[in-house]
Amino acid sequence: MTTSLLAAPPATPLAAGEAPTLEAFGLDPWWLILAKAVLIFVFLMLMVLFEIWFERRFMARMQNRLGPNRVGPLGLLQPIADGLKLPLKEDLVPRGVDRPVFILAPALATMPAFLAFAIIPFGPTVSVFGHQTPLQLADLPVAVLFVLAMSSLGVYGIVLGGWASASPYSLLGGLRSSAQVISYEIGMGLSFVAVFLFAGSLSTSEIVASQERIWYAVVLFPSFVIYAITMVGEVNRIPFDLPEGEGELVGGFHTEYSSLKFGMFMLAEYVNMTTVSALAVTLFLGGWRAPWPISLVDGANAGWWPVLWFMIKLLLTISFFIWLRATLPRVRYDQLMKLGWKVLIPGALAWIMVVATIRVLRNEGISTQQVFFAVAIVLGIYIVASYLWDAVRGNRRDAEEQEATAAERAGAGDSTGGDPMAGGYPVPPLDAPHYHGRNSTSKEVNRA
Amino acid sequence: MDGYFGSYLVVALLAGLGVAVVGGAFTAGRLLRAQRPTPEKLITYECGVDPVGEGWAQSYVRYYVFAYLYVVFAVDAVFLFPWATVFAAPGYGAVTLVEMFVFLGIIAVGLLYAWKKGVLTWV
Repeated sequence: MTTSLLAAPPATPLAAGEAPTLEAFGLDPWWLILAKAVLIFVFLMLMVLFEIWFERRFMARMQNRLGPNRVGPLGLLQPIADGLKLPLKEDLVPRGVDRPVFILAPALATMPAFLAFAIIPFGPTVSVFGHQTPLQLADLPVAVLFVLAMSSLGVYGIVLGGWASASPYSLLGGLRSSAQVISYEIGMGLSFVAVFLFAGSLSTSEIVASQERIWYAVVLFPSFVIYAITMVGEVNRIPFDLPEGEGELVGGFHTEYSSLKFGMFMLAEYVNMTTVSALAVTLFLGGWRAPWPISLVDGANAGWWPVLWFMIKLLLTISFFIWLRATLPRVRYDQLMKLGWKVLIPGALAWIMVVATIRVLRNEGISTQQVFFAVAIVLGIYIVASYLWDAVRGNRRDAEEQEATAAERAGAGDSTGGDPMAGGYPVPPLDAPHYHGRNSTSKEVNRA
Repeated sequence: MDGYFGSYLVVALLAGLGVAVVGGAFTAGRLLRAQRPTPEKLITYECGVDPVGEGWAQSYVRYYVFAYLYVVFAVDAVFLFPWATVFAAPGYGAVTLVEMFVFLGIIAVGLLYAWKKGVLTWV
């Protein structure tokens, strides 16, 4: 069978309505490439304008308000009015800043956000003025890695902007933001691995092609959940918008920015939101493929129709972001880091191992039922073990806490015991005692 | 525009376009907006209080530890991705799996060490 496959003449890589593979790229004439590149910019700019309007209207509806409704029909022109107003404001560059870096940072945050969209597939091969071309600017053998690289580059814009501002708020916001983004990027990268295991490729067009039968959001549901959480952390949106927590850090890393430079940071945030949503659609929600009942219709996955399915999925994912913002409060920073490092990353690593083991067992000829049976046993053991572990540890912790409160009550009379800050709450101890190998329980601090 | 680096050339074109757009926006903004700086306007913003000393405040060293951990896991991911793509191909099987488990185990020990050290606990 393999010989017949090899002997078959290579089909022409481009036929209308066909799912493109990696070979289908790099055959476009120059004007088509240029048109696609310009269209990506136009598309993203329009999406940002639309998202700002949509976010405000959607959230207003959720909060029983009207939202912007004065400029244009339904307030549709409001983002354009805002977008025109912002660059025309006076641009203040405070005296103490590091000027070149201060000016470079917003550009550095914006550019990678746009670049990542180059590898998002909008649809299958279509005919444009007689040219058969895939609806995607470029595809690389390492396309998804490229997206991760671009989001890492975007962190430079944030941390350099925070540093160059020479303001404590900006510096803290920039540091927080970079620590958060790199932490969540690890979880994000690990959530992709299971997708690569199934698709056998890092190229986005081939990942979409491999989801013809079933979406990876269904098959790899835990990966999808991890991605959905990390993508919110990655783009600094509520409930993970700590870098710009207004109550704590004024504006965070963009406190000192005004006018167009501030606008650039905002633009980057919304473009990033679009990009991670598009990536969620591409990797987990079947890309441009029609959802199930529609996919049975002949020609639903051909021609220009897939652009419609892609846009519907994209808008639903963006609505998810807005829904989160309207619903959830901001988490605390220690909760954020705990979730990232102690839940998402170990969870993602464990899940990769499970998926890989199942695949190997299936390749070795063991039936799916047996595999599921084995997984169920392992999961059962894990759940029981973790339950026991929690019960034992919880008891011990309760005992410790009781001891601590008893000691506190006993020590309330002496000189340090009455200090409400001594236990590290609400103000954290500044020398971070656990770095010296000690525990920072209230008991020990009280004794010191 | 074909060959292995053809696609990267296209991405470079997009980057060039991006530089043009951002540069154009900066230039247009410079020409169009008002510019009347006063000494008060150029003070670093500190919620209405005059700033004291330099703006570069001391900050926690712990962010630096997270940067280290990030490098470890980024390298981890770089090894995981190519492994994941060839994994299901014929000729790779249980041995590939076990090798990756050993590698992930080593990485996990690193994470556990940091965990035990208390680096992951935010005070």
